Amino acid sequence: MSTSTPSKIAGAGTGTPIIKIRDFDFAYGDSQALFNINMDINQKEVTAFIGPSGCGKSTFLRCFNRMNDLIEIARIKSGKIKISDVNIYDKDVDVIELRKHVGMVFQKSNPFPKSIYDNIAYGLRIQGVKKKSELDQVVERCLRSAALWDEVKDRLGESALGMSGGQQQRLCIARALAVRPKILLMDEPCSALDPIATAKVEELIHELKKDYTIVIVTHSMQQAARVSDRTAFFYLGKLIEYGQTDQIFMNPRDPQTEAYISGRFG
Amino acid sequence: MKRFYQHELEDLRTKLILIGEKANEAARIAVDGFLENDLGKINQALALDDAIDALEVEIDQASVRYITLRSPVSSDVRFILVAIKASHDLERAGDEAHSIALRAKEILACDGRSGDTVTIAQMSLLSCSMMTDAISALVEEDVELAKAVIVRDKKVNELHQQNFETLTIGAHEDGTETPTRFQKVFISKSIERIADHAKNLAEEVIYLLEGAK
Repeated sequence: MSTSTPSKIAGAGTGTPIIKIRDFDFAYGDSQALFNINMDINQKEVTAFIGPSGCGKSTFLRCFNRMNDLIEIARIKSGKIKISDVNIYDKDVDVIELRKHVGMVFQKSNPFPKSIYDNIAYGLRIQGVKKKSELDQVVERCLRSAALWDEVKDRLGESALGMSGGQQQRLCIARALAVRPKILLMDEPCSALDPIATAKVEELIHELKKDYTIVIVTHSMQQAARVSDRTAFFYLGKLIEYGQTDQIFMNPRDPQTEAYISGRFG
Repeated sequence: MKRFYQHELEDLRTKLILIGEKANEAARIAVDGFLENDLGKINQALALDDAIDALEVEIDQASVRYITLRSPVSSDVRFILVAIKASHDLERAGDEAHSIALRAKEILACDGRSGDTVTIAQMSLLSCSMMTDAISALVEEDVELAKAVIVRDKKVNELHQQNFETLTIGAHEDGTETPTRFQKVFISKSIERIADHAKNLAEEVIYLLEGAK
């Protein structure tokens, strides 16, 4: 199964789906951005969204934690997104609670103008956790998970803004992990990083998929090929092809996918 | 920094060593089967061919996958190119071993007399040692060992030429039936080709390590 034909679900193969998208149409005002998307995203895998600018991949990613709710003209025309079998657009869904389960890392690292320690502890503190020993434990766990601990353990009190760009991005990933999400959304997390910092984030993504489901939007096809288990190709708001990354890059079934990944698009 | 997919190159290297060892083993057993008129060894050599072919396919697939998904550069991309070319050479060496075994079987079915085999035994020793050293040069990344393999090819060529002349021009001196003498010429040619494949592998190792041919 490779295309988003209305009657078929783009497959998660043998994995266990945690996100199920059915007949999903999305618009900004009168302009439809996503057309009849049907797909399953597997638990504890890395799924990459690729496609040219404006194809709807970031819009689609932001639907998974309802970030688009913040845009006044954004609306779902039809369809459902279920995470762990709960329709996240049901009226009784607590959006704050949803975003705890579905963390997000953005294109540009956005650490708070606070210390490294306080950046990680922030999410827990607003949840009411005050016990220092508990906060210490979480800070260390998250920094270790983000492969940052050894680099910053002796300067946890220093401002996060003094870190390098790559470290700031890994700090943002660590901050997202603090509230123990199930899913991590990454919107071009390496686009502002140099090759070494990019490699470190890619290593981190590879490590994190043991415990988390990761959905990543990337303009770098090499990155999608390197880090993801499955790849979805979007064009003009439609899911053109979705499958195992090996298959998408070595033997795509759709000529549009072939043209895009070969750089012959348009 | 070691990347999380680095082990894929190690797996590829292991497969390359394995196909080399199997091709060399097939050649050695096939020639022994011929020299000793041993049908068991001949069949053993024939049975190795499928495994060698399968390994070549695996190496090709793993190489294409690595190029497509991992964007290799520098020594990594050279290694992938070497893996593709070397596996092809080693598969062809396996084919030559298969051919030797089939011809040895024909000789057994004809009169079972191999006649004078001293030169063929010499060629076999030389070509197998060339293959062993070419594989070792790859494993140990030893340029000098690879260069030494290339030099030895000339001796195998000379021995083959000597065989050819003995078995065709001076056929009466061999004391075997004409069909057997023809089979021996082809066996000699196959061993000479195995040495050529060992030489090719050695050249690939030099390219891998020095970045130039």
